[in-house]
Amino acid sequence: MLNTILALVAVLVGLALVLNAIRLLLGPSTADRILALDTMYINSIALIVLLGLHLGSDMYFEAALLIAMLGFVGTAALAKYMLRGDIIE
Amino acid sequence: MMFELFEILASALLLIGGFFILIGALGMVKLPDFYTRLHAPTKATTLGIGCILLASLGLHALRGQSLSVQELVISLFLFITAPVSAYMIAKAALHRRTPLVKHTLNRQLSRDIVHRQAPKNASTEAECDD
Repeated sequence: MLNTILALVAVLVGLALVLNAIRLLLGPSTADRILALDTMYINSIALIVLLGLHLGSDMYFEAALLIAMLGFVGTAALAKYMLRGDIIE
Repeated sequence: MMFELFEILASALLLIGGFFILIGALGMVKLPDFYTRLHAPTKATTLGIGCILLASLGLHALRGQSLSVQELVISLFLFITAPVSAYMIAKAALHRRTPLVKHTLNRQLSRDIVHRQAPKNASTEAECDD
């Protein structure tokens, strides 16, 4: 039963990623695109955690932790660049 | 018996998490302007990934592997950083004068915040950069 549920939830998260990609492609402003990228890294963490559950391995959580940290740094850097025109002044 | 009960609980958590992640993405496609779009991923998606990580924590503990702290660290980190990044993006969008939806109230505030300066005699917060 759990494998069916895992496949179903992976489909849901994949659909959410497709919707985020639509917003990333046609977002009218730069802030929309940054927001879409921010949501996409969170959804990819969900997908990696689901893969780790499916394969029964706990090596995938290090990758998820790495993506969580670097994704926040990337979002902060993009927002800072949009605000000031420069990242490190 | 106990095993199946926990598995059903974890499945329910996984389904709720996937549902909320999908709701967040739908809201980001459907809502009319940037400031309303900001609400969907920062709340619904964070709740969804919290549910999925909680289910993963329970299932890994159930399979007899060591109780891994990494899921807790990931969810704590995401819960801390989601409001911070949303604030930073919103502030950058306000400074770029991203257009508001037509019926927005108190439009003056969105113009005021662009011209807001740091207080003059802030000696302790001298390195505040805007």
